[in-house]
Amino acid sequence: MDFPLMDLEPIWLSLQLAGVTVVILLTLGTPIAWWLAHTRSRSRVVVEALVALPLVLPPTVLGFYLLILLGPHGWVGGPVQALTGSALSFSFAGLVFASTLYSLPFVVQPLHSAFESIGKIPMETAQSLGASRLDAFFSVITPLARRGYLTAMVLGFAHTLGEFGVVLMVGGNIPGKTKVISIEIYDRVEVLEYAQAHILSAGLLIFSFLVLVMVYSINRRLPMQVT
Amino acid sequence: MWVVVWILALPQVVWSGEVHVAVASNFLNPLKEIAASYKQDTGDRLILISGSTGKLYAQARHGAPFDVLLAADSKRPALLEREGVGVMGTRFTYAVGALVLWSLEPGRVRGEESLAQMNKGKLAIANPKTAPYGRAAQQVLVSLGFWKKLQPSLVRGENIAQTLQFVATGNATLGFVAKSQVEDPRFKFKGSRWEVPVDMHEPIFQQAILLNPGLANSSAKQFLDYLQGPVAKKIMRSYGFRFLEE
Repeated sequence: MDFPLMDLEPIWLSLQLAGVTVVILLTLGTPIAWWLAHTRSRSRVVVEALVALPLVLPPTVLGFYLLILLGPHGWVGGPVQALTGSALSFSFAGLVFASTLYSLPFVVQPLHSAFESIGKIPMETAQSLGASRLDAFFSVITPLARRGYLTAMVLGFAHTLGEFGVVLMVGGNIPGKTKVISIEIYDRVEVLEYAQAHILSAGLLIFSFLVLVMVYSINRRLPMQVT
Repeated sequence: MWVVVWILALPQVVWSGEVHVAVASNFLNPLKEIAASYKQDTGDRLILISGSTGKLYAQARHGAPFDVLLAADSKRPALLEREGVGVMGTRFTYAVGALVLWSLEPGRVRGEESLAQMNKGKLAIANPKTAPYGRAAQQVLVSLGFWKKLQPSLVRGENIAQTLQFVATGNATLGFVAKSQVEDPRFKFKGSRWEVPVDMHEPIFQQAILLNPGLANSSAKQFLDYLQGPVAKKIMRSYGFRFLEE
């Protein structure tokens, strides 16, 4: 195997994309999951279904709508183009946007079940002792939900690394910007450069396996802490 | 349950009047028209599988059940012939393609100077490694001295159809596509274009070859003859293709 031929850029790019996406998703996913866990609103099922959609939709459906949405005439791409001079399609920012949608359920669902199993009592107790809602959340709920957070982070990261169909449709295969590992593998296989395809594929295989081992051991070692 | 197993175990019915044609994306629409008239004239049906020439080549090498390959270059059919996947002596140039710089905006493309004026927006080309029209686009950009300079603006389509789609949706301002694609009635009178002079890139000889799975299919050979006949040539000409003898 010829290592000098290996281009490390797609790996680095994928790691960046997954990292940024996970940070955004934890920020967005926490309030969504909290609301889902505690609301009695009837619209709950609708929001739950919306969050889970990327699990069942073919990536091509997401890719198609994103291509229209992020392009220079799209609802999102248009205003961004007016502000910055370039639309979101074929850009790293566009991929972050796409990945955030694509990996949303992988972050929201573990958080949702963590918050649900914690229940309302810890929050109410902390508040009755004089803590503000925000303070109570960060000093009481977050530590209790650490199992959910770890699972959400690991799954969100790994799922974004494995993204392919959406990126193929809105990425434009630009080295250093949108050419992520999965696209690089596809390209190498297409031109019959199997040595490089093997290295990258085996890397992803091992990484994904370790990720799942990690998720399952998190779930074993950190037992439920319900008051 | 045994019924299901029994049905699955039945040998695949060989429908002699069907030809599986792997076709380079730029030729898909003309071939659909040819397939319609072919069906009228012979009663045989063409089943079309489209993609970049490089991808179809790789699939054929790995035993894809294609009877015929209609590539967008002469390199891959020659390789298949040498590798024993294509049938020796069945390779021929069915059309000569042309490259076009195209934009959805009227008046945007005038000539090569339109490339020099690229300061924002994207320029779409097909992946030069797998798509012959992408390779030709790369050769044009290199010979005009724009290849390095325009790297930040380049987006690569997975095949020439996706490249056209990037430009047609406005996601890319300009794109190098096949002339046959913008001769399509949907795009013919839209946007603006520059027909790249043929001496700026290696000629695009689109070659066909009979593949091993098609050896036993008499319809496959009949279709290759039809492709060289007057009806097919008239359709190809309407898409802007030329022929070797011209």
